Amino acid sequence: MVRYLVNRILWIPVVLLLLSLITFVISRMVPGDPVKLAAGPQARPEQIQRLTEEFGLDRPLPEQYLRYMGGLLQGSWGYSISNRREVLPDLLTYFSATLELTLVATLLGLAIGIPLAIVAARWRDLWPDHLSRFISIGAVSVPVFWIAIILQLIFGQTLHWLPVSGRFDPRQTYPTTITGLLLLDTLLVGNWQGFITALRYILLPAFCQSLLVIALITRQLRGDLLDMLRKDFVMVARANGIKERIIWTRYLLKNALIATVSMLGFLIGFALGGSVLIEFVFDWPGVGQYATKAALLLDFQVIMGATLFIGVVVVLVNLITDILYRFVDPRIRFS
Amino acid sequence: MTSSLSYWQRWRIDHAAQLEDLRRGLFRFSRNRLSLIGLFIVVTMLIIAITSPWWVPYPEDATGRVNMANRLQPPSSAHFFGTDDAGRDIFTRTVLATRTSFQVGAIILIVAISIGVTLGAVAGYAGGVTNQIIMRLTDVMLTFPGIFLPMALASALGRGMVPAMLALSITWWPGYCRLVEAQVLKVREEDFVLGARAIGASRMRVIFRHILPNILTAIIVKASMDFGFAVLALASLGFIGIGIQPPEPDWGSMIALGRRFMPNAWWISTFPGLFMFVMVLGFNLLGDGLRDLLDPGATAK
Repeated sequence: MVRYLVNRILWIPVVLLLLSLITFVISRMVPGDPVKLAAGPQARPEQIQRLTEEFGLDRPLPEQYLRYMGGLLQGSWGYSISNRREVLPDLLTYFSATLELTLVATLLGLAIGIPLAIVAARWRDLWPDHLSRFISIGAVSVPVFWIAIILQLIFGQTLHWLPVSGRFDPRQTYPTTITGLLLLDTLLVGNWQGFITALRYILLPAFCQSLLVIALITRQLRGDLLDMLRKDFVMVARANGIKERIIWTRYLLKNALIATVSMLGFLIGFALGGSVLIEFVFDWPGVGQYATKAALLLDFQVIMGATLFIGVVVVLVNLITDILYRFVDPRIRFS
Repeated sequence: MTSSLSYWQRWRIDHAAQLEDLRRGLFRFSRNRLSLIGLFIVVTMLIIAITSPWWVPYPEDATGRVNMANRLQPPSSAHFFGTDDAGRDIFTRTVLATRTSFQVGAIILIVAISIGVTLGAVAGYAGGVTNQIIMRLTDVMLTFPGIFLPMALASALGRGMVPAMLALSITWWPGYCRLVEAQVLKVREEDFVLGARAIGASRMRVIFRHILPNILTAIIVKASMDFGFAVLALASLGFIGIGIQPPEPDWGSMIALGRRFMPNAWWISTFPGLFMFVMVLGFNLLGDGLRDLLDPGATAK
């Protein structure tokens, strides 16, 4: 256990180094001059010169990279070229919104996907299976930014049931920050009205983001369940005359949950990836929206920071999942 | 002797096992209604992509033409999908975008597969430090979720079709690299590969003549599933505003444009998105069926 952990954790710096190298290389491929763009059309040449020097863009690339790495290690992720704010504090602020959205989306995805998978495996090759297959393939095929707009049109602009942009009602007092997750913050202080508001705001974006989770879990879990059905313990149970219903509820579902835990990191990673476009459409103040806006302004410090940040989050989520999985299923050896 | 047999007959005898597999696969495929629907959609879309320039009602609307008198018309018999804020026919633009999507999707996959297969084959066959370096890089590339990496790269390369295409090609190979590496590791200790090496076949020959043909199936299955996703990713970049730029027709940028005219001119976003959904769905249904067909081990459980 300890050895496994040490091994996993020793790899992390290598992975982080590679992550930072990739984002660095990409961000320095900018052909247009980001400084010129940031300084504005009326900027004098000496202003541009000064900004270029300030951001260290006139130095050789290896030196720029070392300086950047040095900054990262000291917790300074550079300044945004467009608004001159530090990147890391902004990222951390935005991340709570992305985290909340991703967690709710993952839970929603599990709540819809797990039953779909069970139904598909239980009635294999019959209509429930075909239906669940169609839903999961449909869910990955639909352009997520399009379905987001259509849902906004239906539930927001036409029926007026749900708000379509932002994270909280600007007319209500914004909940005091405790964890940064609005649903949790409002619950902790018993602010029911705030909780309902936050829930109404998160529902549509979370549903859009959960589509990918639904698709992945349905397909994977269905396969896992069908695998399990052929295992000896199921055969023995059937041979002993145990009812099919009990085999499913007592034997298979327990194993299915373990299989789900093993996928959790993977699913959260995918959900995070979906956050870019969804946050953009729903004006959700998260990392994805921060990155898209920066991408449009060629603000490479921000794009690099946001991409690196998300990469780091995924690495950590995967690590946590692996450890969790080994606790849930003691048969997995820590090798 | 075999000389009395034609080349074709000999080929059939040599490949009897594979042909039997294929026959069974085709049977399973034709039994699966969803895969057939997928095949139908893909073929229809391909025909649309090839022939559309000759029959779209307003070909000039794919260029920068502006017709303010026709602005924001709802769907009608003259404009099936309505018109946009510059009076351009959305049906024409949606249909013509199919063409671009096919071309760009194909280029992205060809580049990504070339890079991925080469790196994967090298990593799997060489092993050791080379393998470690390539596979670590692959893992790290796969760590970035969704379109974060293509978006960063595309915005660095500038706006337009070529940067978007480049960005997606360069970030799409790791999946293929990992797939090929795993397959090569599996195949390289098989007797037929050891035999080829024993009689002195060069490394290149072993990889290209003996290993790659055996893992081609897996690559084709992945590519058929990926085509729809490549089209989606391209449209996503267009939607954000860093992909294909108007007036060039692109589903992503058309949907983005429609957002500004919601809810009144709902048709601007709705129809291009629906069209794209159907196309991607077709590829995914087909890919799903192909996986059953070409890779029976994966689902014959």
